[in-house]
Amino acid sequence: MRSFVFERAADLPQAVKLGAGTRQGQTDAPAQFLAGGTTLIDLMKLEVLTPQRVVHLQSPGAPWSAIEVSPNGARLGAFAKMSTVADDARVLAQYPVIAQSLQLAASAQIRNMATLGGNVLQRTRCPYYRDPSWSACNKRVPGSGCAAIHGFNRNHAILGVDENCISQYPGDFAIALIALDARVELMGAEGTRLIPFASLHTGVQSQPHIETTLKPGEIIIAFHVPAGAWTRRSLYLKVRDRASYEFAIASAAVALSIEGEEVREARIGLGGMAYRPWRSQEAENILIGNPLTESSAAAAAAAALKSAIGHGHNDYKPELARRTIVRALLEAKALQLSSGAS
Amino acid sequence: MRDAENLFGIPTSRIDGVDKVTGAARYASDEPVVNPAYGYFVTSTIARGRISAFKLDRAKAVRGVLDILTYQNVGNEAAPPVGPDGGPTTTTLESDRIWHDGQIIAVVVAETYEAAREAANRVEVVYVEEKPSASFDSPGVESVPHKPQKSPDPKKGDAAGAFAAAAVKFEARYSTPTQHHNPIELFTATCAWDGPKLTVYEPSQFMWGTKNSVAARLRVNPEQVRAVSRYIGGAFGSKGPNPRTVWVAIAAKRVGRPVKLVPTRDQSFTIATYRAETRQHIKLGASADGKLTSLIHEGWEVTSRPSGYNVSGVESTARMYACPNIATAVNVVHADRNTPGYMRAPPETPYMFALESAMDELAYELKMDPVELRRVNDTQTDPVDGLPFSSRSLMQCFDQAAAKFGWRHRDARPGVMRDGEWLIGFGCATACYPSNLGPAAVRVSLTPDGKATVGLAGHEIGTGAYTLVAISTARSLGLHVDDVTVHMGDSDLPPIMVAGGSNNAASAANVVVKACDELKQRIAKAAVDAADSPLRGADADKLTLTDGKLLGPSGESEPLARAVSRTGHRIEAYAEYIPEGLPPSAVADMSKGNPLMLGGAGRKDVAAFAFGAHFVEVRVHSRTREIRVPRVVSAFAAGTIVNPKAAYSQFMGGAIWGLSSALLEETEMDEGSARYINDNLADYLIPVNADVPSVEIIMVPEKDERVNPLGIKGIGEIGIVGMNAAVANAVFHATGKRVRELPIRAEKLL
Repeated sequence: MRSFVFERAADLPQAVKLGAGTRQGQTDAPAQFLAGGTTLIDLMKLEVLTPQRVVHLQSPGAPWSAIEVSPNGARLGAFAKMSTVADDARVLAQYPVIAQSLQLAASAQIRNMATLGGNVLQRTRCPYYRDPSWSACNKRVPGSGCAAIHGFNRNHAILGVDENCISQYPGDFAIALIALDARVELMGAEGTRLIPFASLHTGVQSQPHIETTLKPGEIIIAFHVPAGAWTRRSLYLKVRDRASYEFAIASAAVALSIEGEEVREARIGLGGMAYRPWRSQEAENILIGNPLTESSAAAAAAAALKSAIGHGHNDYKPELARRTIVRALLEAKALQLSSGAS
Repeated sequence: MRDAENLFGIPTSRIDGVDKVTGAARYASDEPVVNPAYGYFVTSTIARGRISAFKLDRAKAVRGVLDILTYQNVGNEAAPPVGPDGGPTTTTLESDRIWHDGQIIAVVVAETYEAAREAANRVEVVYVEEKPSASFDSPGVESVPHKPQKSPDPKKGDAAGAFAAAAVKFEARYSTPTQHHNPIELFTATCAWDGPKLTVYEPSQFMWGTKNSVAARLRVNPEQVRAVSRYIGGAFGSKGPNPRTVWVAIAAKRVGRPVKLVPTRDQSFTIATYRAETRQHIKLGASADGKLTSLIHEGWEVTSRPSGYNVSGVESTARMYACPNIATAVNVVHADRNTPGYMRAPPETPYMFALESAMDELAYELKMDPVELRRVNDTQTDPVDGLPFSSRSLMQCFDQAAAKFGWRHRDARPGVMRDGEWLIGFGCATACYPSNLGPAAVRVSLTPDGKATVGLAGHEIGTGAYTLVAISTARSLGLHVDDVTVHMGDSDLPPIMVAGGSNNAASAANVVVKACDELKQRIAKAAVDAADSPLRGADADKLTLTDGKLLGPSGESEPLARAVSRTGHRIEAYAEYIPEGLPPSAVADMSKGNPLMLGGAGRKDVAAFAFGAHFVEVRVHSRTREIRVPRVVSAFAAGTIVNPKAAYSQFMGGAIWGLSSALLEETEMDEGSARYINDNLADYLIPVNADVPSVEIIMVPEKDERVNPLGIKGIGEIGIVGMNAAVANAVFHATGKRVRELPIRAEKLL
């Protein structure tokens, strides 16, 4: 780990000022925000991130970590710990996909440290990114190439990749957020703004070193999840090599509104297979207006994976991903909801 | 000879348990040394080539840097390293040659760890790079038959002819991946000179080996070198004499103060040994009733360019079942890799995977219960050499474990047992491991207050070795375990065999009991000759030390305090134990760093093996194919069990590692560069608690009077053996899909 200046902001506006050197998730940004530290500290030890300044976002107080659930939706403070939100009775009842995505992530210790805001910004687990002794990594060193494309890529992305980067977004919570059409509340130099969660992370777009649309110094302060008939019939299915404390090799966040036999609304988020948090509206559109059956689920899954590209070791992923989507949809359909079910 | 049943078998908590969990136990890098400097390795980022230049200016500019060792300034100061098989191996700082990725090429020494690391990161290396060969399928590897070490490859009858003529034939190829030990304690070394004398604090499975190997490489008299390693935080075969330590010693000499070096986890994947990947080809011929008529087993193992190291597991697989025709062969495949080495049950873990998978496949061909197939081929005689097994309770293990597991509920058809969306599979396999013995020496003293002190250069690698020695001493001298102080982990103490090959319990207990018996003899002799003893005139051979008393055959006794003080203030015995079959020079040879171990198929009188059976239930999701293992039942018969409490954990740990080896563990490689990918504990997966809900262990009683005087077979390694096959067999039963390449991951079942 290299030497750096450690700064502690008195409040969020000061943090925004101190964090002016953050740069859309770029590895070489001169400043990095520190919240729970569960990603940043690792990457600093590995010397992947070598910021000159680390700005500690001390929990700025109760409002910033509050969980509010109303008939209009949920507002999740970005400084809430993953474990707190995973255990919240209202979230569990009204937004099970969110609770499960948090519960199935990381380990108990990490969930107790990590914040929601930091969690959605966690970096890829691509081993070529996480070890600077590999010279080719466009995400770490722009223009240096991609060692993973012809290297060991068993858990690399099959959706949203290009010849510059096939790294995979590793998180779970973000998959639930994108499925539920969440918005992100940001505080920056020019005040606060609200953006769709889907526009927080950038695609590869030939510049994998740029990961987010956050402006310099901008801090995530809350997630807004709209209410909907589909949120209660929702789940997060995570397929992984071991039973706990491991990233997905495929995951699906699904939420359904079913009336009679007909699917009125469907939301499908995909993890463990895409460059960025991924939502498949192609798959959703196939389901909406039709009964949910094995074959309609399979058709939706096929649509979701239509643009998938494998690079050798991850050639198994499209098939596993399709199965994951089908299983998640059928399990969501089978959920027994208590009164007011939709 | 002592009756082992009276000595052992009482579950005993570890005497060092509290020290370990409170942090009081001192591991090698915890040893305080005066004014240490800190070392940090620079390792290569290419796998094959030469170093054309070092650029050290930026590194030397880091404040606190004291020295940087490279082949250019110290290359001639050490004798060549010796590989785990005693032959040549890859070098480090001896020359400009790069043999493998992550090879040690420089040592930075600085005032602080942080400065050493920072400077190491600033060392620039200019390489002349050559295209490396990573593994089996890479262009440029060289495959040659191995050189059998002790005896020729097992062979008997006409295996090819018998296979051609067999009523039922089965043939398949299997493979096992690269795996790393990953002991939690890293491969540390601290070296401190005091004039010509060097003390090496380093986790070691062979104290006298470390002493001698460091001395040999420094070209100094072994008398000048002392090795200290009071506790070892996991070893599994990875912590013996090694190519690293000598450079830390040389660094300490150059900077004139002790040097402490703690490498990183990712470095540990390339600066120490590992379990090499194997490929295997098996042919089984059988009669219609399941009796084997032919076994042909050939293996290929990856090694480094210079080393011929191989594990040759056919030594064991050829002896598992009665079979009149056997042929085996082993090949080594030289690649641009680090030299592999011993890793828990080195030969049996990979080779029994192939044999026990093939036996399961044969059982399906024969439409026979896999347990029954083992039964019809069970034998009390080594099928290769014709020697009797010293004892073999394989079928007792199968039967007891099968009953507890509920094997009778198995529907033999693959893919039919289900619980909702989850497919259920049952699988079983044989476990085995050679029962080894080594030479040992010990010093035991006893004072009239009933306190004993034992010293031997033993190794606490996490197995409970201190407790085992304390139990052996206490039970031999009629004391409580708490009355015994044990000193180990120091080459100033009498030598004992390397803690490997599961020999430690047998070797240590036999020598301790021998020394204690000598003490008792002397105490008894003094008593029967003494005018003031109630035991005067009794037969000294018939007296025992029991419950703090010297006890006669008809119940007369005197307190230990009186009996001992008659011989002086302190009575002490030094004993050497040389197993029958080893030369009389065995202890002397060992003290020169040349250990000789005896066991398995290497004995002239008996074939000495322990046996066991694993039963596994797996659940595979019918759609997404995750594989989970809700329960394991394993039974082992391994002769005398010294401490059932520690043994239970040892068996259980082995079984869990076997599970891990079947489903999770693989050191992944970037083929083009021959570099490891998942060289950290986040990406090198091992089971977490959620992966291991239930493991039950059955210890099948077994009395073996031929294996050694105390009937101890050793249990350190058998637990892992065969578990990988049991899991693969269960996965087949669940899904109908046979996976012959480990690890078994979801994608192989799609």
